[in-house]
Amino acid sequence: MDQNHMKKQINSARNSLFQQGYLDEQFIQLEDLQDDANPNFVEEIVTLFYSDSTRLIRNIETALDNYPLDFCKLDDYMHQFKGSSSSIGAKKVKDECSQFQECCKARNTEGCIGIFRQVKHEHATLKRKLETYFQVSPSNSLENRHTLQRNTQLCAAD
Amino acid sequence: MGVKMQGHHHLVAVSLNEQQLGIKRKYTSYIPRRNQSKYLALWIIAFGFVAMNVYKCIDAGHQERIEEGLVSMCDQRARMLQDRFRVSVNHVHALAVLVSTFHYYKNPSVIDQETFAEYTARTAFERPLLSGVAYAQRVMNSEREEFEKQHEGIIRTMAKEPSPHRDEYAPVIFAQETVSYLHLLDMMSGEEDRENILRARATGKAVLTSPFKLLGSNHLGVVLTFPVYKSKLPPKVSVRERIEATAGYLGGAFDVESLVENLLGQLAENQEIVVKVYDVTNPSNPLITYGRQTQEGDLSHTRVSMLDFGDPYRKHQMTCRYLRKAPISWTAFTTASLGYVIVLLAGYMFYTGAIHIVQVEDDFDTMQQLKVRAEAADVAKSQFLATVSHEIRTPMNGILGMLALLLDTELSSTQRDYAQTAQACGRALITLINEVLDRAKIEAGKLELESVPFDLRSILDDVLSLFSEKSRHKGIELAVLVSDKVPRIVMGDPGRFRQVITNLVGNSVKFTEHGHIFVQVHHAEHSEADAKSETFMNGISEGRAISRFRTLSGREAADDRNSWDTFKHLVGEDEYPFRAATAEKVDLLVSVEDTGIGIPIHAQELVFMPFMQADSSTSRHYGGTGIGLSISKCLVELMGGRISFVSRPKIGSTFFFTVAFNRSEKSTVSDLKKSLYEDLPNAFTGLKVTVVDSKPVRAAVTRYHLQRLGMVVKIVNSIQMAISMRFMLVLLFSLPSTLVELQQDRQPDLLLVEKDTWLSNEDTGNIRLSDHRPIGHTSNSPKMILLATNITSPEFDKAKATGFSDTVIMKPLRASMVAACLQQVLETGNQAKQGRLMAKGSLYLRSVLSGKKILVVDDNRVNRRVAAGALKKFGATVECADSGKTALALLHLPHTFDACFMDIQMPEMDGFEVTRRVRMMESNANQEPMSETMTIEGSAFTRTGEWHLPILAMTADVIHATFDECRKSGMDGYVSKPFEEETLYQAVAKFFESNPPSDRSFKTTTSKNGEP
Repeated sequence: MDQNHMKKQINSARNSLFQQGYLDEQFIQLEDLQDDANPNFVEEIVTLFYSDSTRLIRNIETALDNYPLDFCKLDDYMHQFKGSSSSIGAKKVKDECSQFQECCKARNTEGCIGIFRQVKHEHATLKRKLETYFQVSPSNSLENRHTLQRNTQLCAAD
Repeated sequence: MGVKMQGHHHLVAVSLNEQQLGIKRKYTSYIPRRNQSKYLALWIIAFGFVAMNVYKCIDAGHQERIEEGLVSMCDQRARMLQDRFRVSVNHVHALAVLVSTFHYYKNPSVIDQETFAEYTARTAFERPLLSGVAYAQRVMNSEREEFEKQHEGIIRTMAKEPSPHRDEYAPVIFAQETVSYLHLLDMMSGEEDRENILRARATGKAVLTSPFKLLGSNHLGVVLTFPVYKSKLPPKVSVRERIEATAGYLGGAFDVESLVENLLGQLAENQEIVVKVYDVTNPSNPLITYGRQTQEGDLSHTRVSMLDFGDPYRKHQMTCRYLRKAPISWTAFTTASLGYVIVLLAGYMFYTGAIHIVQVEDDFDTMQQLKVRAEAADVAKSQFLATVSHEIRTPMNGILGMLALLLDTELSSTQRDYAQTAQACGRALITLINEVLDRAKIEAGKLELESVPFDLRSILDDVLSLFSEKSRHKGIELAVLVSDKVPRIVMGDPGRFRQVITNLVGNSVKFTEHGHIFVQVHHAEHSEADAKSETFMNGISEGRAISRFRTLSGREAADDRNSWDTFKHLVGEDEYPFRAATAEKVDLLVSVEDTGIGIPIHAQELVFMPFMQADSSTSRHYGGTGIGLSISKCLVELMGGRISFVSRPKIGSTFFFTVAFNRSEKSTVSDLKKSLYEDLPNAFTGLKVTVVDSKPVRAAVTRYHLQRLGMVVKIVNSIQMAISMRFMLVLLFSLPSTLVELQQDRQPDLLLVEKDTWLSNEDTGNIRLSDHRPIGHTSNSPKMILLATNITSPEFDKAKATGFSDTVIMKPLRASMVAACLQQVLETGNQAKQGRLMAKGSLYLRSVLSGKKILVVDDNRVNRRVAAGALKKFGATVECADSGKTALALLHLPHTFDACFMDIQMPEMDGFEVTRRVRMMESNANQEPMSETMTIEGSAFTRTGEWHLPILAMTADVIHATFDECRKSGMDGYVSKPFEEETLYQAVAKFFESNPPSDRSFKTTTSKNGEP
């Protein structure tokens, strides 16, 4: 009973992440890659993403402090950031990154700064959400993982 | 995204530009744009003046003629008057001479009053103008008494009173009867007479008085006076002597008025003119001599003629005027006014014309602006569609994903049904949106065709494989055949070509329930040569016997060009020389024939219109939007071809399209994109196959696929024939070995039997087939394989019992699929897994990637980790490199990597550069002679003994430019980032499918099989 309730909760937490557009199919792919050989693959990747992105955000912040802005450099950093985000399926962050790159192309200083604030915001929100999700989700629990696995496989088949 | 956005901006800018252009006038107008009425008024006024001038011009001539008439009449009258006057004056002169002669020169005088009166009365006719003449004697005062005594009377003045005392008198002594009352009147008492007398005796000539009222009548008259001298005067005498010599004066009164009246009365046209005679001795005060003061006549024309009455002192003139005004010149008036009217009308015409033109021009401008706006709107619509379709796809994917998730949860059957329906609808919507997007792209002119070399046949095979399941399910025979004359590699847009074919075949599959769908590709010129002899009419069914049609499935097709009779020309080996080899272009005719429901005649012309289906019930029954054909049409036209069809309701449709591809310069396929080219195993080359099929077209299709695999194909149309051949062989086996060897070449390695043919011959054929299988020759006897569209399990069991091998080649045939099946049959042990592996992607991936060593190059840690994780999952050993340089170091020859996944965008050295360098290293190594180090075990070392590491690009932006760049720098393929199983499978499958070690082992088995 408790198990069942738990499962439901996890499922709804996960679904809400998708429904609210924080994550996309890529995250499912990641979960798909997680198996016995790699039991904490998703968490590992996400952690990697956070350490990586924190560094990138710091880099970008420094770059934004220098005036005038070096758009090439910013674009470069953001490309990496976007790459990482798309790899874990952080959809909202990725979209913001794209917008940032648009601004870079247009050489729009205010836009860049504004959007970067958004990027950070989305990044932080996602981090918070994923942290709660990973806390709730006993990713070691075999049963749960299998449920996820099945879901994701069906999704991928579509 | 950025690129896309820019594109939009650009297009918008273009449309704005067009709009601006449209507003500007593109022509010069020669018509005043406004104030036309002012111009009209100006015109009217200007030509009014012109008309008046014209009138005056013409009228001037008229007036001149009138003037001339007046002048001639006036002069004539003046001359006559003058002449008459002269005559009278001369006569009075003669009288004066008479008086001087007979009164003074004769002494005594022979003239007295009676004689004078008598003479003058009798000669009065000579002087019609004179009322009378009288002679007055010059009497000095001293002689007065003597004179009075002599004439018995006293001298009286004009007032008939006795004359007062004067120096001199001039009493009348002789007078004509008519003026007898003048007797003894002193002429010098009258003012005018006195002046006249004085002047006359001084000049010795006739003189005239100014006009005055004559005595005895009310008429105006003048008095003419001649001097009479006592003696003849010498020619030169002084005035004084003249006065001295004066004896008297002869005078006569001219009644000018009656004179002129009389004269004018004699002339014609008298009524028309007014004549006046003036005495103008004193020019400032002309005295009227004749004519009434009141009668003025026409003042516009006046002629003045001078009159000379013989008295130089007195001047007279005659003034003539027309009595009435000259009539207006009608010719002038009518000419001018008519001309003016014409000009007015012309002006009005111009006016209305100008107004009309201006209006038309304005309308035209408006139209143009509207047109520009409409075009802009059209472009905007297409852009909007493109954008919106794109935007819709994103949430749609979300919806579909969520539905899939929903379906995974525990649902009641109703809920599941609803969710599944929703999902099916969503998929349909996505398809529709994709189609709309395509069309919008074409309309917006965004669609660009690429030109890359590709293998036409493998594309067709791909398309067929798409529909194979559906067709099998429906029991339709689906087949493709490409003419041998069509070159293997052509240049064109494979994607779009595939789209058109997919669309047509998809339509056919959708609308066909029985029979076949047959895709053919021929050289356009070859097929046209045949088509000329026949004419087809859409929808008209000729009254043929619907017994047996020699088409693919035996059912009647709309276009009987594909029946065997004509078809054999097209597939015939030596029918046409291979002349197309020289041409630059490859014109292909593709036909897709089906035996579906056909297109109703009334709907046939709407087929290529977007969103048109034959009727609404069709779409209800079969689904679809009807946009596909219109897209196909656009695409075919973009590719430089035409699309058409022949259709007969209830019989089927055949769609044709032509397409022009360029011949590829490269005969090799080494640098083709793997996705566009399917490397068929050449392990079957030389294998002898006998195909048993009663339907020649179907057999030809089978032969086409088998020949692509390099096999030698023979066709027989019944099992009996095959058996008889085999039977002969069996007999021959008992013959001496040399002969057996000889015949061995003719024995087929494989026997492919069509299921229909087999079933129809079931009773006779099968048993004997197995019976005749010679014992002890089992290994040598050909394998028998069944070809079938669909097969039921009892049939399958029966087939197995008859001696067919386990594997049934399921139609539609594809060269690669046939190859796989044959491989399976020929090598039942090792390769049995292959077919199953192909079916399931991840399993296949695992099998392919398992144990492979793969290098992943990406500067992004996360990406790298994900890629590595994904590859590891399929059993590959993954090594990572975080930069191009590290990768290069790792890839230094010799190495043991089987493949490399390469990120493109990396700092310092990007993926392209790394690939170029790797390729350079490899080509250097390949040119060197084989050294020992090269013989390291590894798949990168291909069987031809050359280094070629498969490098797949990992790219996030899926645009053509990147693909081209990938190919240019020597990459073998690409996978989109982030990794997805599907795409990874596709990329890897393309790559590893035909690679060793499977190929190698396969080769050995076939060679084994070839041995006796």
